[in-house]
Amino acid sequence: MAAAILQTIHLKLHARPDAELMPSGIPGFDAVLGGIPRGSVTDIFGPASSGRTSLLLALMAQATAREEFCAVVDASDAFDPTSAAAAGIALERLLWIRTGGNAEHALKATDLLLQAGGFGLVAMDLGDIAPETARRISLASWYRLRRAVENTPTALVVVERTPLARACATLALECARSRIQWSGAPGCSQLLRSVTFAAERRKPMRPASAVFEAQERLDNGWRSEQAPLSRERVMTAHLQR
Amino acid sequence: MFACMHASGAGARPLACAQDFSLQVEPTDADTVILDIDGLGNLFGTVHEIAHAIARRAGFPVNIAIASNPDAAFHAARGFTGISILPQGDEAKFLASLPLTLLSPAEEIEETLARWGIRTFRDLDALPDLGVAARLGEEGVRLQKLACGESSRRLRPVEAPPRFEETMELEYPVDLLEPLMFVLGRLLGDVCARLEERALAAIELRLCLQLENAGEHARAIRLPVPMRSARVFLKLLELDLEKHPPAAPIVRVTLAAEPAKPRVTQNGLFIPLAPEPEKLELTLARIAAVVGEGNMGSPELLDTHLPGAFRMRSFGTSRQWAGKSAGPATLAFRVFRQPLAAKVQGSFVSAPGVRGKIVRQAGPWRTSGDWWTLSAWARDEWDVELSDGGLYRIYCDANTGRWFIEGSYD
Repeated sequence: MAAAILQTIHLKLHARPDAELMPSGIPGFDAVLGGIPRGSVTDIFGPASSGRTSLLLALMAQATAREEFCAVVDASDAFDPTSAAAAGIALERLLWIRTGGNAEHALKATDLLLQAGGFGLVAMDLGDIAPETARRISLASWYRLRRAVENTPTALVVVERTPLARACATLALECARSRIQWSGAPGCSQLLRSVTFAAERRKPMRPASAVFEAQERLDNGWRSEQAPLSRERVMTAHLQR
Repeated sequence: MFACMHASGAGARPLACAQDFSLQVEPTDADTVILDIDGLGNLFGTVHEIAHAIARRAGFPVNIAIASNPDAAFHAARGFTGISILPQGDEAKFLASLPLTLLSPAEEIEETLARWGIRTFRDLDALPDLGVAARLGEEGVRLQKLACGESSRRLRPVEAPPRFEETMELEYPVDLLEPLMFVLGRLLGDVCARLEERALAAIELRLCLQLENAGEHARAIRLPVPMRSARVFLKLLELDLEKHPPAAPIVRVTLAAEPAKPRVTQNGLFIPLAPEPEKLELTLARIAAVVGEGNMGSPELLDTHLPGAFRMRSFGTSRQWAGKSAGPATLAFRVFRQPLAAKVQGSFVSAPGVRGKIVRQAGPWRTSGDWWTLSAWARDEWDVELSDGGLYRIYCDANTGRWFIEGSYD
């Protein structure tokens, strides 16, 4: 009896506590996956227009709303500040590092940021880097990043086309586009309203898929279903040049 | 022993002269300064020789008095011309002939003393102590003590404004970074120790390197928050000099710090996570060395309709937060920083890396701006879904008629 109690205590003492999750603020995503874990590497991968960046911006918006600081290491130089501001990110709490397509510089900058500490979320955007180039990043580098982020309150998110961190990632999410909502009938004036994405958990291997919708930013006021110009006329005019 | 210099209308010259002789200098009024001359005997000899040395250094007409206490020296310098040496214990006799106005008594006391026929220091000294105390109070007693040359007050020396600057002449020209960092480390240690003595920190570091070819290489590092870590400063200077090396070997190094009050922070369990400013500054300098200085910072949107207009600001954790709450998820846009030149033929779009048939489209929306400047822009833009699965924003430049893919929705 005593031995059983001792064994239970021993197991509980040595059990790793569940990582704290960082919510995205997207109800459909948080209800299924709870968020992304702090102190570990999260892979968000998928092809172009699959919702990877929308998910990343939602995570960063939530982090800055909690008064945390975020950093995005932009290897693709694809980050759009206008889009980030529309997503609700407090830009003054965001550090944006542009490496101009150099994945090696992106790795080094990410490593330095993780060593410095103090950021709630550090994102490495390799979304537009060709997979064959991105795959040249050695596994040792990913292990180094995993060690740097371990036991810290920082979440490291890697946005890419194919999973790169593999064994070093605690969570891997594959994004895909499921539906585009256009308003207006085809052939007349239309407006891109929203896109529905699906994020499927690939690691750990517990089947879970979250569906979330990202709305097009229409707050600038000059876009509406009633386009100010006749589509056919303008298109014809451009094609005739 | 104390010396007093009095020169009417000499301005700041007596003070400057006195500071050449002693660190303990009290500017008593606009024309008078008192200095502590203890220890000067080893350099100049007797008190007479000290007084003459001061007069020679001054180079302008000045009354100098030397006494055992500051007040006696003060009154003697103001009352007698030339050099006066008051023997210790005989101050009362020496000052006896001076008029009472030198004591600057209050108007009421001055009138009372005038009615009594008291006009000199000797007259006031001759009055009985108890009678003065009973009739003129504490102030009367103080004046009587001054009149007989008795004082026990301490000098109130003026403090020279602190300078956090160190200079070192090098024995031979240095052309490598490593030996220079060794020198800078020593200078920074001294500057930081001096800052610490006064409970201050530095907000800016200024480095001036005198070059062998008689030129100068000056660098200034502005810090986001006041800091006092010599190790951090040394690394910041090293990274800065790596980026901006001097053009010739260095013969003299001058390092100055602009002092500021240290940062005061109240930590707490519920305060959100933030990078430590010292560590962050070092990290940013290291990253800047890798990616370039203009490629990092906080983006700030510009007040213009030009799509994607922004500027980079330096990133800092001390900036006030505007307070923003996250809204519903919005569709993110990924920019092709250099828009991809595209060909649009019918309903087919092709560009480097993007190729497909237009499945669905929305638009056009025409925008233009800056038409009053040389950099006018005008464009018609569409959102298109291509058969390759991508969702893109394309536009046609109305000025050139060329098509571009601006980016993709993701």
